Amino acid sequence: MEKLKEMRSSRKSFLLAALGAFAAVFSGGIGRAWGKGHGSEKAGRHKPGSHLWGMVIDLDTCTGCGACVLACSAENNQVLGSPAEAAMNRVIRWLKILPSQEGEYPLVKQRLLPMTCLHCEHPPCTKVCPVNATYRNEEGIVGQVYPRCIGCRYCLNACPYTIKFYNWKEPVWPAGMEGSFNPDVSVRPIGVTEKCLFCHHRLQRAREEAAAQGRPLQAGDYQPACAEVCPAKAITFGDLNDPDSAVSVLARDIRAFHLLEELGTEPKVTYLKERS
Amino acid sequence: MTNRPWTFYVQLACLLGFYAFTAAVNLWFPWRAVLLYRLGDAWLPAAALGSILGPVFLLLSYILSQVFFKIAAPRRGGGKAAPPMLMLPEEAVLAAPVLAPPTPRFLAAMAVLGAISLWALFLWCRQLYYGLTVTGLGGSVFWGFYIVNFVFFIGISHAGTLISAILRIVQAEWRRAITRSAEVITVMVLMFGGGSIIVDMGRPDRLLNVFTDGRLQSPLLWDVCSITTYLISSTLYLYLPLIPDIAIIRDRCRDWRKPLYELLSLGWTGSHEEIEVLESCISKMALLVLPVAISVHTVVSYVFSMTIQPMWHSAIFGPYFVVGAIFSGIAALLIAMALLRKGYGLEEYLKPIHFDNLGKLLLVMSCLWFYFTFCEYLTVWYGAVPDEMTVFYAKFSGNYASGFWLMVATCFVFPFCVLVSPLGRTVAGTVMASATVCVGMWLERFLIVAPTLVRPRLPYATGVYIPTVTEIGIFAGSIAAFIMLYALFTRFFPIVSIWEVREGKELAEAQVSARIRTYFPS
Repeated sequence: MEKLKEMRSSRKSFLLAALGAFAAVFSGGIGRAWGKGHGSEKAGRHKPGSHLWGMVIDLDTCTGCGACVLACSAENNQVLGSPAEAAMNRVIRWLKILPSQEGEYPLVKQRLLPMTCLHCEHPPCTKVCPVNATYRNEEGIVGQVYPRCIGCRYCLNACPYTIKFYNWKEPVWPAGMEGSFNPDVSVRPIGVTEKCLFCHHRLQRAREEAAAQGRPLQAGDYQPACAEVCPAKAITFGDLNDPDSAVSVLARDIRAFHLLEELGTEPKVTYLKERS
Repeated sequence: MTNRPWTFYVQLACLLGFYAFTAAVNLWFPWRAVLLYRLGDAWLPAAALGSILGPVFLLLSYILSQVFFKIAAPRRGGGKAAPPMLMLPEEAVLAAPVLAPPTPRFLAAMAVLGAISLWALFLWCRQLYYGLTVTGLGGSVFWGFYIVNFVFFIGISHAGTLISAILRIVQAEWRRAITRSAEVITVMVLMFGGGSIIVDMGRPDRLLNVFTDGRLQSPLLWDVCSITTYLISSTLYLYLPLIPDIAIIRDRCRDWRKPLYELLSLGWTGSHEEIEVLESCISKMALLVLPVAISVHTVVSYVFSMTIQPMWHSAIFGPYFVVGAIFSGIAALLIAMALLRKGYGLEEYLKPIHFDNLGKLLLVMSCLWFYFTFCEYLTVWYGAVPDEMTVFYAKFSGNYASGFWLMVATCFVFPFCVLVSPLGRTVAGTVMASATVCVGMWLERFLIVAPTLVRPRLPYATGVYIPTVTEIGIFAGSIAAFIMLYALFTRFFPIVSIWEVREGKELAEAQVSARIRTYFPS
């Protein structure tokens, strides 16, 4: 009887100890995962020498000429699109100009918003990807891995800005156009998602050039096609980690705002309001 | 070494295969957790899911081992052939669909259903060739018919296992004649639910990426895990109570199917020990299947509610989807029962009382569905957040208003009025209500998926989503193929459980009166 009691109590204490150990490991794990999601990521963001790419679009100087749209599609080998596709709203333009009307006649105002992937700091699209095909890289660019994408289109639905695109069919170009492709950018196959990557191939090239010259990469080495081509100089691109860069200064401007700021996605594309 | 029949080795191989699968499941989750940790991605969901699903599969392995080592493996009768299983004369009607050759009417129905399925298969192949350009999707609408069908089919699949498990656990004796037909719905329709996802994928050739690159923090992976678990456990839950009936058929079947029955009946002889083992396994399975079934539709809803899109991002979605699933499941079961009763002359087994009882359940679910819908829409309307109101008005008075009000009529107004009236106690009344509920619940799924996507937050040019022939054809084909598989099942296995009904007649009365005596002072 005594022995039985002893056995019981030892079993009880063993179970308690096991439970305690499990709880410790589990809560430690949660704590660690939590720290990973919040603290450590922020800490890494302000590491000296690291970059956080961002863009400012000044709506006051933007004329809505559409040069950025053209430059973007030529630079990134985007399919031209047909009238039939346009009717289905299926034309792929990583950067597009979004028109909207404000007010009622006679006080109507047409607004034009150059719209690209905002490269959120907390992207709702990367959260839901089942296969790690879309992700936020350490320099803040939201990437897309075409060969891994399974075409579930979950990320397109999760994006509150609806600014990712899907290849509804095999891309086709007019005969002879293949010769004018940008060789640095891969052509996307059927059935995968694509999006603005801040001309990531230009960053890679700039990095290689800087390495060849034996110097660190400077923010000015790299500009996406849209910023480079804008005739009104409405698009400013640069490193948000550098507080003195043009893009950082403009992003702190009193006219600065973000699209759907209330969602907490922290876009890295900032807009400057039109002056009244 | 004594000789074992060939069936023993096949059964053993199946058991070992299941062990291997269990081991793979238990290794896959830790592997993903470690890999995701190394990538700097969240690893906790992988660890958490693994710590739930690993034990579930261990439990399934345990149950299968019990069945194998206690029923299939022991050698009985000292080499003498066991006497054939007993079948009472009045049970002949239950075995008739299996043993008698199919009627011309049945063959004609199969031909029609087969033609529709083949047409859908052709449409799907065409879609594989041309891509999703053959659908009506475009603009901001990236999900359409296929995802609606996925949610709808998974909902119907709750018919079976959930209802049958609940009725088994609460020892509702009237369940005995209907559980099998419900469980078959689950297994068959679940395949089409999972299939809809593959049809929807832009790159079905990359399906395996889900296993090699899976991120367990994506709700889609939660779906993959829980639907796979549900399919496996509900198949097992269908199979276990089938064993004694397979043995009955085995001893009467004379055609090419005899080896199949010999294999599946596990050498069942109907001895007392066997029944005891089997019943304990079935009750364990019933307990296991319940939480799995609830988890399935909860995570299906999470696919929508985990995003921050207007009228998707709602905490009520989990229970709302589960209620809707059970609701449409009961409706589908009632329709299936009515067809079986008419087609196979099972009036003696599927009696009006069964329809009456299930009709009451349907009424309860209809009220619950209305309650949840009311909660959801009132909260959105009262809060009046502009983004949500755009979607709300699209449903309430905009493009989708006709669908919305048709849904309210078919899910609540019509079934409620029919089921509270005397008509609701008849076969015809419950079936009418069920038919509208099936339509209404499909509409409900459609109205959850489409309006949110058609109304993006930013002022984009919005189109209307109009499905194409391909999408409608594949939907029709899925339903036709489901009905065909279901009908084929009834030609291979008794659709009303022979042994359970017999057991109910012979033993249940004494058991129930003994149970009732324990409720009151002696």
